[in-house]
Amino acid sequence: MRLLVSDLTHRYDDLTVLDGIDLTLAEGEILAVIGPSGCGKSTLLGIAGGIVAPTSGSIRVEGEVPDGCLNPITFIFQDFALLPWRNVEDNIALVLEHHPLSTAERRERIDDGLRRMGLSEFRKALPKQLSGGMRQRVGIARALAVRPAMLLLDEPLSALDAQTRELLMDDFLDLWRREKTTALYVTHNLDEALRLADRVCVLSRRPGRIRELVTIDEPRERRQEPSAQAHLAEVRDRLWHLMKAEAQMADREIARA
Amino acid sequence: MPDSLNPTAVPTTPALGQPVRFRGGGFTVKRHPWAALAAFAVLIAVWEGASRLGLASPLFLPPPSAVGLALAGMVSDGSLWLNLKASLARIAVGWVLGTAGGMLVGFAMGIFSTARAVGVPLVSAFFPIPKIALLPLFILWFGIGEPSKFATIGFGVFFPTVIATYSAIDQVPRNLIRMAQSFGLPWRSILRSIVLPGALPGILAGFRITASIALILVVAAEMIGAEYGIGAFVLMAGNLMQTDTLLAGVLVLSLLGLAIGTVLSQLERRLLNWR
Repeated sequence: MRLLVSDLTHRYDDLTVLDGIDLTLAEGEILAVIGPSGCGKSTLLGIAGGIVAPTSGSIRVEGEVPDGCLNPITFIFQDFALLPWRNVEDNIALVLEHHPLSTAERRERIDDGLRRMGLSEFRKALPKQLSGGMRQRVGIARALAVRPAMLLLDEPLSALDAQTRELLMDDFLDLWRREKTTALYVTHNLDEALRLADRVCVLSRRPGRIRELVTIDEPRERRQEPSAQAHLAEVRDRLWHLMKAEAQMADREIARA
Repeated sequence: MPDSLNPTAVPTTPALGQPVRFRGGGFTVKRHPWAALAAFAVLIAVWEGASRLGLASPLFLPPPSAVGLALAGMVSDGSLWLNLKASLARIAVGWVLGTAGGMLVGFAMGIFSTARAVGVPLVSAFFPIPKIALLPLFILWFGIGEPSKFATIGFGVFFPTVIATYSAIDQVPRNLIRMAQSFGLPWRSILRSIVLPGALPGILAGFRITASIALILVVAAEMIGAEYGIGAFVLMAGNLMQTDTLLAGVLVLSLLGLAIGTVLSQLERRLLNWR
């Protein structure tokens, strides 16, 4: 599924957070959106997913959805957004409840998600009994259960420690090796963008405008290899250079506000 | 730390160093399982002793033994059950009516902006009225019998339930509702699967408050006009100067409050085990 964003502007009262965003996501592309705090990254994602109404501009999707897709545009949240009173499998079942599925298919979708995220033995556990990493795996399994055509990831690893973040990045790589799901990946972490994305969109400080779109030429599977490091370091320098100035200025503006 | 700043420091060889003095004690809660029991025992012993030694008049402050005997008498002549039954029935009916109505209105106010705009000023106006002041009016409306007592208790329970319910709905994490919307869950499912269970802790906390209000109101209402009921029983004993029987009634009320609290704690533990 492709995503077409054109001339998107968003204001909260008289605060402009996004200003004239034009963006196209190709089929199966993973686009990372980075930028300083408060630049409207999450708002952009909310608008793309239809849970924030934009002030002006248009956002459209086109293209095929996979077989059995129940919710083409699906979120993975920073805070996991699990129901604390439901156990792991019931949290996944939640997003299937309003669809007319056979019991067998419901089971199959839940089991498949649990298996792929290594959660099978935790199916009866409550969220409070799980680590942050496991909770996010439940969030991913829940997203997979609806067979999405596009994933919107809102800083999915920001609430996790560094080691867990590494492990979950591997999970994401595995996911995208198997399914060519288009993804918009919002983060403020350069390493995540460099490991996972095809292109990186750098947003300016508020009001968020696109500073630059940087393509990472190295295929995802080869990015851990030594031969890829020179190129990645180069991209990283460029991205950091773009981000640093924006972040510094954003920081001062927040201090003044 | 330089030794010159620490006059008590014993000079030691640099290789061995100085032991670090423990200074992290205190300010932690320790369990003393017998302390509460001991406190009760001491209180009862002092009270009993004071009465036996003639320090307190048995008419105005009867000893615990006399209160115990009066309670035993209430059990054996059946008056305990007779009065308790009457009070429990009034609490049950009044509380259930007030709670059902309060939750209905509270949910409406929690979910619909219009209902809230209309409801908040009304609730604010009615909530502070001491509900027992309305009993005479309810007696005129419904007669001296049971309905006026149900109405007083129900009315007293209704407003705190409304407030607890709509505040509890405000406390339901918005991120969960947005998550459900992003997965396309219909409005009714969001209500049933997220708003209702998410509001449950606040609603149950409200039950605790309304249960104690119901207990206060039932006693007050029974003192104003009832043949049976713990409130009527206590008042009657007072009129007859039977202070031991009076205190036995008060003891029953204390135990009743304790029992209701225990039931609610169990309910919370069972329903909110996810917290």
